[in-house]
Amino acid sequence: MHPLIKATPGEKLLLLGNEAIVRGALEGGMRVGAAYPGTPSSEIGNLLFQLQRELPGLYFEFATNEKVAMEVAAAAAAAGLRSLTCMKHVGLNVAADALMTLAYLGVKGGMVIVTADDPSCHSSQNEQDNRYYAKFSGLPMLEPSTPEEARQMTAYAFELSERLELPVILRTTTRVSHARAVVEMGELASYEGEVKGRFEKDPRRWVPVPAVARVRHQVLLEKMREALVLSDGSHWNRRLGQGKNGIIVSGVAVNYVLDALDELGLNDQVSVLILGFTHPSPTGLIANFLKECETVLVVEELEPFLEEAARVVAQERNIPVTILGKASGHLPRFFEFHPGQVKAALARAFGIPYNPAKSPDLSWVPELPPRPPTLCPGCPHRETYLVIKEVLEELGELPRAVFPTDIGCYTLGLLPPIQMADYLICMGSSVGSAAGFSVATDQRIVSFIGDSTFFHAGLSPLASAVYNRHRFTLVIMDNETTAMTGHQPVPSQELRPKELDDRPRIDLEAVVKALGVPRVVTINPYRKEEAKAAVKPLLSQDELSVIISKAPCILYRARVAKK
Amino acid sequence: MKKLRILVVGVGGQGILLFSKILGQVALKASCPVAMSEVHGMAQRGGVVETNIVLGGLRSPLISAGEADVLVGLEPVETLRALERARKDTLILSSTDPVVPQIVKDGLATYPDLEEPLKRLRETFAKVYLFAGERLAKEAGTPRALNVVALGALAGTGVLPFGKEDFLSAIRETVKPKFLEANLKAFEAGFAVTARA
Repeated sequence: MHPLIKATPGEKLLLLGNEAIVRGALEGGMRVGAAYPGTPSSEIGNLLFQLQRELPGLYFEFATNEKVAMEVAAAAAAAGLRSLTCMKHVGLNVAADALMTLAYLGVKGGMVIVTADDPSCHSSQNEQDNRYYAKFSGLPMLEPSTPEEARQMTAYAFELSERLELPVILRTTTRVSHARAVVEMGELASYEGEVKGRFEKDPRRWVPVPAVARVRHQVLLEKMREALVLSDGSHWNRRLGQGKNGIIVSGVAVNYVLDALDELGLNDQVSVLILGFTHPSPTGLIANFLKECETVLVVEELEPFLEEAARVVAQERNIPVTILGKASGHLPRFFEFHPGQVKAALARAFGIPYNPAKSPDLSWVPELPPRPPTLCPGCPHRETYLVIKEVLEELGELPRAVFPTDIGCYTLGLLPPIQMADYLICMGSSVGSAAGFSVATDQRIVSFIGDSTFFHAGLSPLASAVYNRHRFTLVIMDNETTAMTGHQPVPSQELRPKELDDRPRIDLEAVVKALGVPRVVTINPYRKEEAKAAVKPLLSQDELSVIISKAPCILYRARVAKK
Repeated sequence: MKKLRILVVGVGGQGILLFSKILGQVALKASCPVAMSEVHGMAQRGGVVETNIVLGGLRSPLISAGEADVLVGLEPVETLRALERARKDTLILSSTDPVVPQIVKDGLATYPDLEEPLKRLRETFAKVYLFAGERLAKEAGTPRALNVVALGALAGTGVLPFGKEDFLSAIRETVKPKFLEANLKAFEAGFAVTARA
């Protein structure tokens, strides 16, 4: 039995924030889950996928993208079952179309939407602050600061969701999802037998044609008022300390603030308002807090979400308080915070002397070689890049070639010596942008996408490219897995662990041909000369073509062989 | 309880996550508050990997400039890269066996000669232990046990509020039976580096 479900109430485990979320979800009686992987959220899906084999009452699937995953979870919740979907911050952009209207529809069973943000872009293309999605959609939001809180809040989120009949957003950041700390187990729900929900028809609730949507929007706003009362009274929003100097803080920064107060010797001289239920922000609580303070520093990573909420409260209620934070330049709007940075900001805000710890003179340290992440030794992507590069060179096309790329390990083709990644926006953009470049320029367009990313967001732009007669070559790098996030399954994979053997397999080449792509070839990138001969005609003409370069990820192959 | 900030640095594949996991288990068993922060995802593809571990009631699992009490480096260049997070009195433990980055093999960067910098390292910081971690691990039975050599070296300094047996039992619980003997030997080899010094 997996340690996470073997552990009994009261037992303490050293858990990753994401593992704690899974435990919390299973304590909260989650029945149905769906997700598309993405760092820093991936471990949640991986664990649920694995645990469902041991828990007959749990269903989890890897969906082809976040929007599909959210719709699966939404329908389960509409049928009265507790459901969960999880994604990285940019995944919520993909699911946003569903999210915005799902807020109007609401749920019957509790539904939790986990968004794992990535300040500092550890493994992402941007550092957007998804707290604005809570505000944008009008959904309640909880923000844990530690793995223990992540467990408790996830379990509570299902209750909150059922009470309001709204999905609840659980927002983490990399340093919460990937923090490891001691977590005390609560009681697991029962997963002994399969449980089915039942969908009760009610078109005036579930079908948002304009007449329904107009009513449901008002219902949502009414529920937000109810949520505000809950937020104001929530034990996740709590006060510590005392004094005219105040701090409002949320997320992982709570830890930095509490350590800083300890180290600066300010424990009883500063009032702290810790916020965990951050949307709707507890305006009553914030108002009382602001009234008691002269100066308040708002400590939150990324955007001034709470800072602006506090300013609105101060203005509306005419509270004479100085609010410091991003606007005042005490803390930046970019990157994750550091404990030392927070200490310095506190000291500056409250006029306290502070001598930061210093490293000795290090001018003698020689120039150190960087270690950019690289494709693994033996990685098939490298072989694919070389096949394409050599053929373009032989054709004299390399100087005029543009390489739109996509999200996956192969984005590392950016780096020397390969340098075949020229343009990237988001999942699937290799295909749509290739279409754009092919009309806007006379350059040779060769774009790259992975198998998992192709199913995620590559199918519809390819259909569009066929219909609009675009001229580019799309290389689908089929390594038979979602490699970068930890080898999650892909619908086209042939190589797979035994437990997935009964799944249907979607033939990539057949799909591409069925879309009407004029020329399609499949190559084995390790058979270089054969592969070069096969792709040469495609790379020398001005017509839409697809090259499927098929060779499993070497790490994945080793992993499947081990099982 | 003494508060300690421990920064562990190295290269993807060196087993830093296992190092941290074992140390975390030791702390958990000893009821010593522990929190840590790990690097996952794209950063692991042959890149720099680090874990920040805090013990004794500190809450922030991230170590700022000059704030590391202990710096453990599984690779010498990574130890040098992390020095700005150390102070003069930081305890420094480092393997001296290089892992040459791909970018150097590709001829796009150079790997520094280590003799002079390691000499300066000893002169600059008060407590420095250097050891050939990979060689000690090989002698113990597997070069992959470098992480456990380093853990042994950390335990041997006596700076942590845990006994040797605490570590050995955590290793027994965490490491696969097939590699257990080599890992126990590796731990002893690392322990000897600092305990006898």
